[in-house]
Amino acid sequence: MVLAVEQTLNPDRAIYNQVLPARKPWSQVIKKGQILRIVDLGGNQAVDFLVYNADDTSERYSAPDTIRNQRNIFLTTGSKLYSNDGNVLMTILNDTCGRHDTSGGACSCESNSVRFGLDKRWQHACVENFLMAVAPYGMGKRDLVSNINFFMNVPVSKDGTLEIVDGISEPGSTVDLKAEMNTLVAISNCPQMNNPCNAYNPTPIQLIVWDTP
Amino acid sequence: MSMEKTETLDIDPALITWDEVIPGGNYWSRVIKKGTTLRIVDLEGSTGVSMLCYNADNVIERYNAADTAKIQFNAFLKKGMVLYSDMGRVLFSITEDTCSHHDTLAGCSNAVTNSAKYGEGDWKNARDNFILALAKRNMGKKDIMPNLNLFAQVVVEKEGELKWIEGASKPGNFIDLRAEMNVLVVLSNCPHVLEPKSVYEPSPIRVVVWNSLAPAAADLCRTANPEAIRGFQNTDALFV
Repeated sequence: MVLAVEQTLNPDRAIYNQVLPARKPWSQVIKKGQILRIVDLGGNQAVDFLVYNADDTSERYSAPDTIRNQRNIFLTTGSKLYSNDGNVLMTILNDTCGRHDTSGGACSCESNSVRFGLDKRWQHACVENFLMAVAPYGMGKRDLVSNINFFMNVPVSKDGTLEIVDGISEPGSTVDLKAEMNTLVAISNCPQMNNPCNAYNPTPIQLIVWDTP
Repeated sequence: MSMEKTETLDIDPALITWDEVIPGGNYWSRVIKKGTTLRIVDLEGSTGVSMLCYNADNVIERYNAADTAKIQFNAFLKKGMVLYSDMGRVLFSITEDTCSHHDTLAGCSNAVTNSAKYGEGDWKNARDNFILALAKRNMGKKDIMPNLNLFAQVVVEKEGELKWIEGASKPGNFIDLRAEMNVLVVLSNCPHVLEPKSVYEPSPIRVVVWNSLAPAAADLCRTANPEAIRGFQNTDALFV
C-alpha cells in the first residue's frame, strides 16, 4: 500500500509541477482524489494555506473544527482538515516536517503595522496574496478565515503564551494533501521579513499535483 | 430564581443604558457604541458563552482570533488585553475580568456536537444561534469567524493536545468589554463545545451596557505594550 502510494507520487506522473517563487500567491482547484504536494525547497518557509469546497465556497476550512476534532492544535500525517460544515476537505497523507501551525493566522499589512511598527504597513503580506489568490473566483475578504501555516512552528504553552519561533522545517520537507471533495486551494508563500517564520529570507516552494491514482 | 438580576453592580445606575438577562440556550446581538462598556455577568456558573464581534460601521472588519493572540503573544484573554480586528484595530478592551478564563481556540458548538453529547433533540447550539443572529442583520455563514468563548477554559498541553478544564467560572464572575469603536457583538449562551456533561444545562447571563469614563492617559489597555499603543493609533484614526 505504501509502495503503491510512493509509485503514484512519482513527479514524472504529475499533472502539475511548478515552483512558486518567494512572496507569491497561488490558487488552483484540486479535485476529489487528487493529491497536492507542497515542498519547502529552502527550509523554514511558512506556507499560508486556505481550502474551500470548490462547488460551494461558503464551505471552507475551519481551524476550530479541525483542531477540536483531533483534539490537538498541530497538524501532521493523518490530520483531517475539516470545514465549517463539519466535512473533511483534505487529509494529510504524508508529512516529513512533523508539525504545522493552526493558530498563528496570516500576516497582513494592518497587523504588521501593529506588531512591527506603523511604517511596516507598506510591506507585502499574506492577506494581500490571499486576496489576489481568491479574486479570480469572485471571492474576497469575507472569504478569508484563520488559515494553516505549513512548515511554521508556533508552540502554545499551558498558560497560552504563543510565539512564532525558529522553523523546524528542513530544506526539502514535504506535505502531501489528498482532496476528499472538489477543493479550491489558496496559498500565500509568506513574504514576512520581521520575524523568524521564514528565517528572515522568503524562499520558493514547489507545488506538485497528481491525479486520482 | 434564575431570571432575577441578583448581582449588585458597582456602576452608577444613571449611566446604565441597557440591562437584560439572556436565558440559557439563547442568542443576543447589539451594537455597543464607542465609549460604552458591555459587562457580561455569569449568574449561575456558566459553561461558556460564545461570542463574535465586528466593526458595526463596516462589518467586513471582524474579530480575528489569530491576530489577537499573536499580537499579544498569548492565546488566553485577560484584563488589560484587547480584542483585535483583522484590520489592525482594537474592537474591545478588557477593562475588568474576574474570571480570567476565556477560550479562543475551540470554536462553537453545532447540531452534530450537541447530538453527540445530549442525544437526539432540539438542543440550541452556538453555530445555529450565530446564523440566526447574523441573518437578522443581512449577514450569514461567511461572516462566522473563529469565535471567542467566555467563561470557559481550554488549555494546550505540551504536545499540542487540547484539554477542557472543569469549573472555569462561578456565579458572579464578569468581564467588562469597553468598545473602542462601534462594535456589533453577537452572543450565544450555549454550553461550550468541549464541555463534557451529557445533560444540557445552559445557565442565564446578564448583559449590562453603560456610558463608561473616557480612558485616562495611563489607561491599562491603551498603554499595555508598544503593540497596543500602535493598535489604538490605528483605531483612533477612524474617528478623526
